[in-house]
Amino acid sequence: MAKIRCALIGSGNIGTDLIYKLKRSEVLEPVWMVGIDPESEGLKRAAGLGLKTTAQGVDGLLPHVVADNVQIAFDATSAYVHAENSRKLNALGVMMIDLTPAAIGPLCVPPVNLKQHTAKLEMNVNMISCAGQATIPIVHAVSRVQPVDYAEIVATLSSKSVGPGTRANLDEFTYTTSGALVSVGGARRGKALAVINPAEPPMIMRNTVYCLTDETPNEAAITESVHAIINEVQKYVPGYKLVNGPVYDGKRVAVFLEVAGLGDYLPTYAGNLDIMTAAATRTAEMFAEEIIAGTLKLPIPQEALA
Amino acid sequence: MSFENLKGRKVLVHDMCLRDGMHAKREQISLDQMVKVATALDAAGVPMMQVTHGAGLGGNSIQHGFAPHTNEAYISAVAKVVKQATISVLLIPGLGTMRELDSAYQCGARSVHVATHCTEADTAQQHIAYGRKLGMDTSGFLMMSHLNSPEGIMAQGKLMESYGAQTVYVTDSAGYMLPEDVTARISALRDALKPETEIGFHGHHNLGMGIANSIAAIAAGASRIDASVAGLGAGAGNTPLEVFVAVCERMGIETGCDLFGLMDMAEDVIVPMMDHMVRISRESLTLGYAGVYSTFLLHAKRAEARYGVPARDILVELGRKKMIGGQEDMIEDTALTMAKERGISIPHAA
Repeated sequence: MAKIRCALIGSGNIGTDLIYKLKRSEVLEPVWMVGIDPESEGLKRAAGLGLKTTAQGVDGLLPHVVADNVQIAFDATSAYVHAENSRKLNALGVMMIDLTPAAIGPLCVPPVNLKQHTAKLEMNVNMISCAGQATIPIVHAVSRVQPVDYAEIVATLSSKSVGPGTRANLDEFTYTTSGALVSVGGARRGKALAVINPAEPPMIMRNTVYCLTDETPNEAAITESVHAIINEVQKYVPGYKLVNGPVYDGKRVAVFLEVAGLGDYLPTYAGNLDIMTAAATRTAEMFAEEIIAGTLKLPIPQEALA
Repeated sequence: MSFENLKGRKVLVHDMCLRDGMHAKREQISLDQMVKVATALDAAGVPMMQVTHGAGLGGNSIQHGFAPHTNEAYISAVAKVVKQATISVLLIPGLGTMRELDSAYQCGARSVHVATHCTEADTAQQHIAYGRKLGMDTSGFLMMSHLNSPEGIMAQGKLMESYGAQTVYVTDSAGYMLPEDVTARISALRDALKPETEIGFHGHHNLGMGIANSIAAIAAGASRIDASVAGLGAGAGNTPLEVFVAVCERMGIETGCDLFGLMDMAEDVIVPMMDHMVRISRESLTLGYAGVYSTFLLHAKRAEARYGVPARDILVELGRKKMIGGQEDMIEDTALTMAKERGISIPHAA
């Protein structure tokens, strides 16, 4: 069965890790990697793994999209260039998975709302942030049991796993994640906190999720719902683990999580990197399965029509 | 070490009662108390005072506690009564944002400590630049400075200076440093930074070294000292401001503050406000001894009350796991794990 061919935009940690995730996929095949620095480690690694590469940014890829039948692209560059990348590739009929904080398309957390996005054939879906992918499933697990007035999450990342893009734009991370606790998680209000810890050896990504429910929490139902969604996340992030909780204190529900990565490109402590690439891969696979089954048709490239 | 050469040195004293002191009050300082403290500080000639939630802008949260009022309400109330002092705020990137800095500025704040862990200065670039853009007196604040070498602190300080910080602080958040540690870090910064960039020191009194460390900082080139009247602050408190001013007077260091006014304020305003005596207790001494973030103190005591694991055991474990400022959630997590290991059964915990 022919796999759906994919391009990776951005040759940093996320893009490089994605090569490994896609190579394992039964429905996806990475064929191009796009960078801007010919000397970058990511581009060299991609070439070594048999991908075509360009250091000319997304414009270096565009002439090959139709010939190489690229149907899905992953953008792991920055919020500032994503909109342009997306416009250019969408025009060629390429579906875009956005791993930047740009969030021009609908926000996607696979176990919460992926099916809605594939049903609507969204041409650009955004993966929010690592903290969003790790915590929104839990907020959803509580809010599907009873109304949540306020959700707050604390993500602690090891210093070595946080790249220069995130470091220079922490506010965007905060705004995007806080907003998604509401729009995807289902809380009325949301707040996201990020901490970067430099300990050696590096600590595994930790996430704490607090929810304040309107009424006294239904402990048994929430605990069951939380365990069920953790099982769902573990299907694509095996290192997603409950450490403590749910703990109940008045109307406060607290859940303490750990996310270990698969160790594909960065070591296992970088669960934050892994949960983004794993969620993006899961999302692309869902679209790819439907494209292969013929239930979903990507638009014909405008260029091909001309 | 001789301090003869300090005679005539000018030092800017920056009070922390209304920010770090919020930690010691579980964030529960009223607007009236804020106004009263600010008025007294202003009258005693203290040139700068910090006013926010203990964790700074964006601090109101389950993680850090909810104050009864917004930061905007506190800053506005204080801005109305101060005549000479500058109001500053704390901003920790990852918690506070530029939107909140903007809002604090609108309310009257004119100075900001942009704080990062001592190895993560590059998370502060946009916030330091934004503080400068607003025209604020902008400091880079390297928390838990004992966890980085003098060379490391120098490199991080240079980054902050390159983003626009006008002052770089060595911040002894755990009250762990000894005078020689302070001297080494401040000297490294003084050698590396531009002459016009100021250096500050922010101490905690967990090992009783607040004053000695501040004097060592001045001797090594610092010109700004954070302190709080009667030490109202996290852990065993900050460097007690009135004591620091008395020592400066004895040494001929000029602070411009009214010593007797500050003594009266400590006795008549601050001490009566305290919920517990801010002092070197078994637990706050543990912070200083083990190098743990001072704010963890009351959180650990709450976890002890709830989960039956002694606060000192929790604090030592947090130090061993190298937890840093902002990881208050890990106090409850650690207490839960330790309770499990010790076979303590906990109601309402799955």
